[in-house]
Amino acid sequence: MAFQNALAALADPTRRAVFERLADGGLPVGRIAKGLPVSRPAVSQHLKALKEAGLVTDRAQGNQRIYSIDPKGLGAVRRYLDQFWDQALEAFAAEVEKPQPEEREKS
Amino acid sequence: MERTVAIAPVRKSLRVNAPPARAFEVFTAGMSRWWPATHTTLKAPFKEAIVEPREGGRWFHRGADGSECETGLVQLWDPPRRLILVWQLNAKWEYDPDLFTEVEVRFTPDGEGTKVELEHRHIERMGEGAPVARAAVDGPGGWGAILEGFRNEIERSA
Repeated sequence: MAFQNALAALADPTRRAVFERLADGGLPVGRIAKGLPVSRPAVSQHLKALKEAGLVTDRAQGNQRIYSIDPKGLGAVRRYLDQFWDQALEAFAAEVEKPQPEEREKS
Repeated sequence: MERTVAIAPVRKSLRVNAPPARAFEVFTAGMSRWWPATHTTLKAPFKEAIVEPREGGRWFHRGADGSECETGLVQLWDPPRRLILVWQLNAKWEYDPDLFTEVEVRFTPDGEGTKVELEHRHIERMGEGAPVARAAVDGPGGWGAILEGFRNEIERSA
C-alpha cells in the first residue's frame, strides 16, 4: 500500500536525515547535502525515492531545483485515495448514465 | 506522541447526466454496480457493496461465499442531496473500528443533471493506528519534530 511505501522510504537512516533537513523549509540539493556524510548524487537518489513515496515535492527556482516536504501530500495515502476515488467515481458516473430499461421498475 | 497534521481532504467534483435522486440511488443502493471489485477487505471474491439506508446503518461488502466485511457506517442519510459515510479502512486497507474518516457526498441539481461533490476528510487519522507509523513517529530520529515542522508550515500557508 502506498502509505506503507512512504514509511518504508523513511526506514533508511540516511534518507530520513535527508527528509529531516527539509523540516524547516525547502532547500536545493547542494544545501541538503551539506553536513550529510554522503555524496550529492546519493542525496539526489534519496530525494528521488522520497518524491516517489509522495513525501517530497520539487519545484524549479531559477536554475536550481528546490525540494520541500509536501504539506498536502503527507502520506502517499492521500494520493492513493485520490486515485481510488477517481477510479470509483468514473465507474459511478458510467453507471448513473447507463441507459435504463424503458420503464424503470422498482427493484 | 500525540501529534497529528491535517492532510488536505481528497475532493472530487463531477457532473452526471441524471437527476439527483438517481445519482443518490446509484451511489448508495447501486454501489455494488460501480465499486471497484479489486478494493475490498473480503477474502472471497467481491459480490456486493451495501449501504444500509439509514443513519447508523452499516456500510459493508459481501463476498460470493456470503462472507461479510465492514467498510464503515452511515453517519448522515439525507436523500437525495447529502450523504456522509464513515470510512473505517486504514492505510493498509484493513477495517479498524476505532478509525473514523469521513466521506461526504453532495448531490446538487445542475440543469438536467447533477453535480456530485465528494470529500474524503480526516485522512491523517489513518496513520495513527498503524504500528509501522507509530514506530516511525516514536523511533529514534522520529517524526515528532518533523511533524511539528509540517504543522508550522501548514499554519503559515493557511
